[in-house]
Amino acid sequence: MDYAFDFALVVETFPILMRGFVVTLELWLPSLAIGLAAGLVLALARLSRSRLLRGGSLVYIELFRDTPVLIQLIWFYYAFPILIGVQLSPFTAALLGLALNSSAYGAEIFRGGIQSIARGQWEGAKALGMRRADVLRRIILPQVFKLMLPAFTNRAVEVAKMSSLASVLSVHELMYQGRLLSSTYYRPFEILTTVAVVYFVLIYPATFLSMTLERRMAGKG
Amino acid sequence: MPDPILPVSIPSVSPVPAAPPILQVSGLHKWFGPLHVLQGIDFSVAAGERVAIIGGSGSGKSTFLRCLNFMEMPTAGRIALDGTPLGRAVGKAAPGKPDEVRYPESELCRVRERVGMVFQQFNLFPHMTVLENAMEGLVTVKRMKKAEARERALRELDKVGLGGKTDVYPGRLSGGQQQRVAIARALAMEPEILLFDEPTSSLDPELVGEVLRVIRQLAEEGRTMLLVTHELGFAYHFATKVIFLADGVFHEVGTPDEVLKHPRQERTRAFLERFTEFSF
Amino acid sequence: MSYQWDFSPVLTRWPLLLDGLLNTVKIAAIAIVFGVLVGLVLALLRLSPRRYLRLPAAAFVEFYRNTPPIVHFFWFFYALPVVLNISLDPLVAAVLALSTQSGAFYAEVFRGGIRSIERGQWEGAKALGMTHTQLMRRIVVPQAATRMIAPFVERSFELIKTTALASTLAYGELLYQAMMVNSETFRPLEVYTTVALLYLVLLVSCSALARVAEARLTAYR
Repeated sequence: MDYAFDFALVVETFPILMRGFVVTLELWLPSLAIGLAAGLVLALARLSRSRLLRGGSLVYIELFRDTPVLIQLIWFYYAFPILIGVQLSPFTAALLGLALNSSAYGAEIFRGGIQSIARGQWEGAKALGMRRADVLRRIILPQVFKLMLPAFTNRAVEVAKMSSLASVLSVHELMYQGRLLSSTYYRPFEILTTVAVVYFVLIYPATFLSMTLERRMAGKG
Repeated sequence: MPDPILPVSIPSVSPVPAAPPILQVSGLHKWFGPLHVLQGIDFSVAAGERVAIIGGSGSGKSTFLRCLNFMEMPTAGRIALDGTPLGRAVGKAAPGKPDEVRYPESELCRVRERVGMVFQQFNLFPHMTVLENAMEGLVTVKRMKKAEARERALRELDKVGLGGKTDVYPGRLSGGQQQRVAIARALAMEPEILLFDEPTSSLDPELVGEVLRVIRQLAEEGRTMLLVTHELGFAYHFATKVIFLADGVFHEVGTPDEVLKHPRQERTRAFLERFTEFSF
Repeated sequence: MSYQWDFSPVLTRWPLLLDGLLNTVKIAAIAIVFGVLVGLVLALLRLSPRRYLRLPAAAFVEFYRNTPPIVHFFWFFYALPVVLNISLDPLVAAVLALSTQSGAFYAEVFRGGIRSIERGQWEGAKALGMTHTQLMRRIVVPQAATRMIAPFVERSFELIKTTALASTLAYGELLYQAMMVNSETFRPLEVYTTVALLYLVLLVSCSALARVAEARLTAYR
């Protein structure tokens, strides 16, 4: 291998990649936040006593979990606007797709968490005369949030990785800038490797946090 | 009330005086990090001996037993089988420290083939039936023909009273039954020494008897056995020799009468008192 | 909403979509096979007592787990050929990206399965006089294998979904063929909805198969 790695180019183009990095953050954090919040609502629907709510949320969750997220993004960009008659910007479509996708996965995390709380907790709270909603809010959910923290962090990792697919819709995030630069300079090795490293630096702390939390909880349990 | 488990008929002193030791331990030390669990133990066991090892929790009695078949690796000291020391000394690990001893896998396997073990938690293989469990060592380690292994495994399962459960998976058995299968699995290997590591400690009280009865039967056959136990009454009738282990050393060694009835050491007396506090 | 749904232009082009579906299955199958091989090697390295084998394998796994798959696709298709001065077929590049990435995840599945086997099982086998190889083959791996099924299936699902990224390299799998159909019919809503449903059917039937297989293999519990 006599390939010469062009460091100067990496340094020169780095500010452009960083501009993409900011857009990646703008996609990542809001879609994660919206997704997890909506996930809680969905999880409650999944566990509700109404058959309609249970069935509807199940279909929604499975639709998002059993199709590739790339299709979802493309669908929200190219197909969904036809349905609602409003053109969406690539960023909005990507944000929508990522948020709804995370809500489906988030719902499964919440559901698993709520179901993992021992029946004794429900019974103990009910014995005090608490209503179902109060039991959920005061007793169950605080425990779920703590218990599921590693799973949420893990989801954050997945959403960060998924956000790179927005490049397919020409959202000017990190991967898009990388693709653009590598074809402009015809230096794909330098640029794409740098892009990978930047993603790694962004994502690894979340993975590390998730592993640490898991280990600490295992130690306690 | 007469205890049905306590035997009346075990031959009293069986070892031939001149029987050479099968297993010999000298200067055994074990460290777990900063914990000095075994602090220099010399010990040997001859054919026909039955040794009961007693002591408080954390005294190192299980660790001692587990060093004998290298479930734990001794930090220092040598173990000899039939007079031949096991492992190979490879020089000083550090000045002032004992020789580092390396054990080739083949040697460890050979020892374990001859020194069987029964665990507190049974450690049966859940993906194999009772019969397959008892055959496993014969087929895999001794390379015995299936049919022959089967015959021998069935014989041992019959002996522990589980001849009718051969095709059941261990998960379906009670703790007492599982432990009896584990004994049959160890017996099938025809070991020269059998190690019992608190074999009844994880059993419900009403299941202890069936396991002790099997161990008593083995004693009657004159097998060489080492037993770590909290069942002092059983130890009294079972053993030819009792060892009280405390703080990583043998505090008192003697016949069951000497150690359990007329202990000379204050420490042993204090330990025994805790067990007799509620006897009636 | 006055949109007139019309699936007929899409459905009349079913041979294109079928072709895509078959290519999706093909690329997934090849990548699973190679991914398992990569995963086995990585798991063995990570379980080795030797640091100089363990650490590089761990670094490889962590790198792949913490970077987006689309970066790997582009890196293998555009960057690697430049360095090696060769050219790679889209299928080969996609398989390389998929199998190295899923290999990193499979390695964790294998390692986790092995490490989940209780100490008592290792000791029970050792006490009978088994060598390391014997106890792995007879006691540890058979039990670990059944515990690996569920996470293995889950990872393979992710892999099947990730095959959609091969469309970005113009490999004719299902999504790419859909784009072709879309450019002929200008019916994105129908095209992408159809394709999403096809993925759904593919994944749901795979999951049914996996459940049957798992029930058979874990009969002893």
